[in-house]
Amino acid sequence: MVDLTVKIGALTLKNPVMTASGTFGYGPEYADFFDVAQLGGIIVKGTTADAREGNPYPRMAETPSGMLNAVGLQNKGVDWFCSHIYPSIKDIDTNIIVNVSGSTVEKYVECAAKIAALDAVPAIELNISCPNVKEGGMAFGVTAKGAFEVVEAVRKVYPKTLIVKLSPNVTDIASIARAVEYAGADAVSLINTVLGMAVDAERQRPVLSTVTGGLSGPCIKPIALRMVWQTAKAVRIPVIGMGGIASAADAVEFMLAGATAVEIGTANFIDPAVSAKVITGLSDYAGRHGIAQICELTGALRV
Amino acid sequence: MTKYNRIFRVADNRRPSPGYSLIRLQSDESLPPMVPGQFVSVRVDGVQHTFLRRPFSIHNVDADDRALELLIQVVGEGSARIAALQPGDSVDMIFPLGNGFTTDIAPASEVLLTGGGAGIAPLLFLGKELRQRGIVPTFLLGGRSAANLIRMDAFEAVGRLCCTTEDGSMGERGFVTQHSILQDRRFDFIYTCGPRPMMAAVAAYARRTGSPCEVSLENTMACGIGACLCCVEDTRQGHQCVCTAGPVFNIEQLKW
Ligand SMILES: Cc1cc2nc3c(=O)[nH]c(=O)nc-3n(C[C@H](O)[C@H](O)[C@H](O)COP(=O)(O)OP(=O)(O)OC[C@H]3O[C@@H](n4cnc5c(N)ncnc54)[C@H](O)[C@@H]3O)c2cc1C
Ligand SMILES: Cc1cc2nc3c(=O)[nH]c(=O)nc-3n(C[C@H](O)[C@H](O)[C@H](O)COP(=O)(O)O)c2cc1C
Ligand code: FES
Repeated sequence: MVDLTVKIGALTLKNPVMTASGTFGYGPEYADFFDVAQLGGIIVKGTTADAREGNPYPRMAETPSGMLNAVGLQNKGVDWFCSHIYPSIKDIDTNIIVNVSGSTVEKYVECAAKIAALDAVPAIELNISCPNVKEGGMAFGVTAKGAFEVVEAVRKVYPKTLIVKLSPNVTDIASIARAVEYAGADAVSLINTVLGMAVDAERQRPVLSTVTGGLSGPCIKPIALRMVWQTAKAVRIPVIGMGGIASAADAVEFMLAGATAVEIGTANFIDPAVSAKVITGLSDYAGRHGIAQICELTGALRV
Repeated sequence: MTKYNRIFRVADNRRPSPGYSLIRLQSDESLPPMVPGQFVSVRVDGVQHTFLRRPFSIHNVDADDRALELLIQVVGEGSARIAALQPGDSVDMIFPLGNGFTTDIAPASEVLLTGGGAGIAPLLFLGKELRQRGIVPTFLLGGRSAANLIRMDAFEAVGRLCCTTEDGSMGERGFVTQHSILQDRRFDFIYTCGPRPMMAAVAAYARRTGSPCEVSLENTMACGIGACLCCVEDTRQGHQCVCTAGPVFNIEQLKW
């Protein structure tokens, strides 16, 4: 029997496989396809202090081996989450982690503080790829200073496990990761989507209503692996890897590069039970390679 | 309604007209309940440009034979690959998805089912269901020319059939909303699926005559199961997912 458990801050995950925010709804959307309690964790949809309608349609463009999205954090706000969604998911027997987003430091803090009061949510994932409206819309997570400020402020009101999700749209991911660690994060997760664009040649127009959007899926995997590798070398806190994972082999690659756990995003759209297959596949891989504990894989890349 | 992810086998794949494919898919297990207006999402493997699943309306269900049929217009790589499938090939589908049309309406109601292009696909399943409820539906189908009007025999077997073509090669010349039948009669219920401008014209007609009207939208989708929020329509209740709150919407919910 392979021991699949891994630790992230104060959390113990029954296995390293979680589902990525914005790609798995709140969890019940996938319940017809597999028992979602098998997962190491479910990162629910991006939640903000106030309700958001998101961006206008079209919000999606398919691209070679991937897709662009511009959903724009559509959600009904943290109060609605606490009163209407939390009661229906709190008994799912896995780690329910809320992805917290915001447009100002104050809004992040307001949202995180409300989530902190929910007993069955042991962690948040702070999405610092959001534009800071007070800084002309530049994302918090693209400068070490911006990242530090928001994480430090949230750390003060959030006593449980604080995961900070990094943006790949930066020149030096290691310096951002270090700033986040210094501000008190328990773990970092990466990568969020890569800024991209799609053009409709026939209509001579952009495909997305917002012109640019976030690229995800297998096409970003090499970028994600590189950034996980760089980040894992730069910080002591656990790294959660994601970006294009669609199989157990992909998950192993991220762990070898330094990830303690992984998240699966876009691949859920193609195979809604992919995460269950990755869990089984990790077990098989460990068995084949004589690994007793899956955490031995973390950073085991031989270079 | 429980959703399933199953492998179907292609039992038959015909070309009712160039550019269209009528594909019959069979399951080893019995089929779950499905309602007209619902859709399936088909996995199209093997090409990097068809990374996501492709949504298609359920055109016909043959529960006794554990089979369902899709009517597919070839518009790009994904639909072309599906149209090229051979009997015996397997197809990975998630189904049934979406909400479906309202079918519990009074027997002997006068109902209009109007569509164009591949938008006629869900109207056959809907017409059959209404017929079972004692309603003889009127189909009004439109196309650019006679070659775009497909499956006429199948529709004719279920209800009254009228058609329009833009070039006058079959039925009345013009768009569906210009057909004479709309001048003579008021319908108790109208259903439509097809290109947006056509559905908008039908919705405007329904508002004029005060007829309840449902449209089936085809917004582009990523997950098809309400998880990604990519497929939203801007409705009077805000952004709603076409894959779960739709694809069928009452025109009262829409802003157009
Ligand atoms: C609920 C629903 C039901 C549908 N039912 C049917 C059906 O019964 N029969 C049928 O033939 N088609 C149906 N469609 C449309 C069908 O899904 C698309 O035509 C198909 O996904 C195109 O894939 P492709 O790879 O061939 O084309 P792509 O290469 O992806 O695109 C080719 C062209 O088709 C357009 N297109 C792509 N996706 C869509 C879409 N979802 N809707 C409209 N245009 C699109 C693109 O803008 C592009 O111009 C339905 C769509 C939805 C959302
Ligand atoms: C439709 C969609 C919505 C997303 N929404 C969010 C979100 O709300 N918050 C967030 O931090 N990341 C969001 N993401 C990013 C994913 O969580 C993930 O970081 C990214 O897609 C890369 O992983 P993947 O290639 O496995 O999808 C979203 C991604 C997609 C495709
Ligand atoms: S396609 Fe994902 S929510 Fe509709």
